[in-house]
Amino acid sequence: MAKIDLIVRRAKLGGKDVDVFVSRGKIVEVKPSAESLDAGDATVEEAFGLTLLPSLTDVHVHLREPGFEYKEDVESGLRAAAWGGFSNIMCMANTKPVNDNGSVTELMLEKARRYWPKGPRLFPIGALTKGLKGQELAPMAELAQAGCAAFSNDGVPVESTKIFRLAVEYASDWDRVVIDHCEDPYLGVGVGVNEGEVSSRLGLPGQPDVAEALQVARDVLLAEYLDLPIHLAHISCRKSADLIRYAKARGVKVTAETTPHYLTMTENILEAEATEYDALAKVNPPLRPEDDRLAMIEALNDGTIDCLATDHAPHAGHEKETEFDVAPCGITGLDTALSVTWGLVRDGVLTRETFLRAWTTAPCKVFNLPVNTFAPGDPADFFLFDEAEEWTVSPSTLHSKGKNTPLLGSVLKGRVKTHFIAGKKIV
Amino acid sequence: MKWLHKDLLDVSQLSKPEVMAIFETAGRFQELQERPVKKVPTLKGRSVVLFFAEPSTRTKTSFDVAGKRLSADTFSLAKSSSSLTKGESLKDTALTLQAMAPDAIVIRHWCSGAARFMADRLDCSVINAGDGRHAHPTQALLDSFTLHQEWGDVAGKTILILGDIAHSRVARSNVILLTRLGAKVRLCGPRTLLPPALKTWPVKVFSDLNEAVKGVDAVMCLRLQLERQKDGLLPDLREYSRTFGLGARHLERANPDVRILHPGPLNRGVEISSELADSAGSLILDQVASGVVVRMALLFLYMTRKGEE
Repeated sequence: MAKIDLIVRRAKLGGKDVDVFVSRGKIVEVKPSAESLDAGDATVEEAFGLTLLPSLTDVHVHLREPGFEYKEDVESGLRAAAWGGFSNIMCMANTKPVNDNGSVTELMLEKARRYWPKGPRLFPIGALTKGLKGQELAPMAELAQAGCAAFSNDGVPVESTKIFRLAVEYASDWDRVVIDHCEDPYLGVGVGVNEGEVSSRLGLPGQPDVAEALQVARDVLLAEYLDLPIHLAHISCRKSADLIRYAKARGVKVTAETTPHYLTMTENILEAEATEYDALAKVNPPLRPEDDRLAMIEALNDGTIDCLATDHAPHAGHEKETEFDVAPCGITGLDTALSVTWGLVRDGVLTRETFLRAWTTAPCKVFNLPVNTFAPGDPADFFLFDEAEEWTVSPSTLHSKGKNTPLLGSVLKGRVKTHFIAGKKIV
Repeated sequence: MKWLHKDLLDVSQLSKPEVMAIFETAGRFQELQERPVKKVPTLKGRSVVLFFAEPSTRTKTSFDVAGKRLSADTFSLAKSSSSLTKGESLKDTALTLQAMAPDAIVIRHWCSGAARFMADRLDCSVINAGDGRHAHPTQALLDSFTLHQEWGDVAGKTILILGDIAHSRVARSNVILLTRLGAKVRLCGPRTLLPPALKTWPVKVFSDLNEAVKGVDAVMCLRLQLERQKDGLLPDLREYSRTFGLGARHLERANPDVRILHPGPLNRGVEISSELADSAGSLILDQVASGVVVRMALLFLYMTRKGEE
């Protein structure tokens, strides 16, 4: 048996008290807690009363470096990930310059190594097309070689179906999955509010749910025709979920993600007395009506939607404290995602199994990332979590530079106390 | 009535008795209009900032006149002369204005919600003079006041709002206020210029103007912004005018005493025929006159925060 270098004692895992044995960054064994234990030279982490969860994977994050470091940089984004319970994060290409060449990818990875050498692990996502302009394919071979784990023009829908098709085909040559930003480029792009009763009352130009669903329909048909995988980003409405369910029943290789905010918030936040026109709730795709929120929960529970992702979109305070039309879209999410979605488990809205699938096994399977299922040989990526600890979301309790969340002032339950990645304590 | 509101952001904030209190106050100021010296010292020493980040002639002048007739000092700040053109944020503009300690700010802004944004950050009263597509409460109040003066009561009357409803803050505020006062409201316009989710509005919607005008007591034409054609929402102005422009032939189906309103400025021959605009049934100039007294009433109520005890 390998030499044990870390033992986590008396942690709660799936309703049982367990001891976890780790060697050289890998799980060796998980077994019921023993009364006495000869730890030898191993480091012992006492976890009595704390919940043990495998680290989460977030396949959709905006780290803003290079170019917008005042919103977030690799160091601060990884800090938020570490405290948020994430061992793997994938960061989008809409930086400045765009991550459409190997140098940008390498810069991101170098920063990650410099500031967080023990993790969380950073997996950059390369652009599909040069400059995200949707006209010429990005050099995906170079990007893959530099370390890009996937390709996406997230933030800017690819207008030309022809270019998108070519991008999906070309990406497959490098064994990478394409992530599509599902938004028809003509129907209310990035306006940040759902088209419907609320937008009509508030006098805001809205984006209808079909803007998303049209692009989802295009993508599932293309994925079937090409017999290639396409991952659908930030799904927010019932129409999209129905199309994905239909496609999966036909064996189409589509996978999809939704975010904690589509599971827990609706457009009504924009007309509530205290938060009317609050740009903190301006997000793309927009928060939808209650029926769509319920559809996201159903779709996550039945596996139509594979993954959860934060779509962590940090912005500076002054950018959000402005007129609704002028403010950028986006909600910061790495710090709050775990508490919010664990709350759904606690409330019986999601099962623990769905939570684990959506945050760990499914995203890792889609993008071929290391995953911990507590089986021998798995990476020792896990955190100890105080389910009962209450904390108030405020600028000082968020580790991200982005404080832009409609949850500011809310009291959430559950806090990461200690986080190990590959057996090394990072928090 | 004790006036408790700090700000006027939309008519939805106002109860029917509060609207009646505004009308009553405006009615009293009407008499002042007929005097040789049209000025009272009511707001002497008080200051009103007219912050118009979007072009306006009538509303701004109307507020200016209203303030001056109450002896308030009015200061204009247009977008072109404000630091907004230098990239200053609305928040900083708000804080700068706040530091000058005005008693009220009248704001017009191209973004929906901008008046609310200012009201949340300023101690003084904020009066919304039009925010994006959202609300234009003083226009709705003066429209209803004009009809109230004409009819004594708008309750039970049928009023058609015609034209570009989707982009109209005037229409939104009027739908709320007129229905609150007991009127029946109809909307008519091309589908491309109607907002989504109209099912939940307390209105009847028509796409055929000939049907829409049947038996109505008033038609409120909206100004068609000519750039809507460039946005692709209309084929061309000729077709719009032929299909949705109000002409004398339409009014044969309306109540014989039908009244015509328009918030101005008019595109004669586009949304309304010139002859109707100048006809005996037209209340367009009465609206302008009502505008001054309604705004005097609002400045009085909001800046003294007390009305009739």
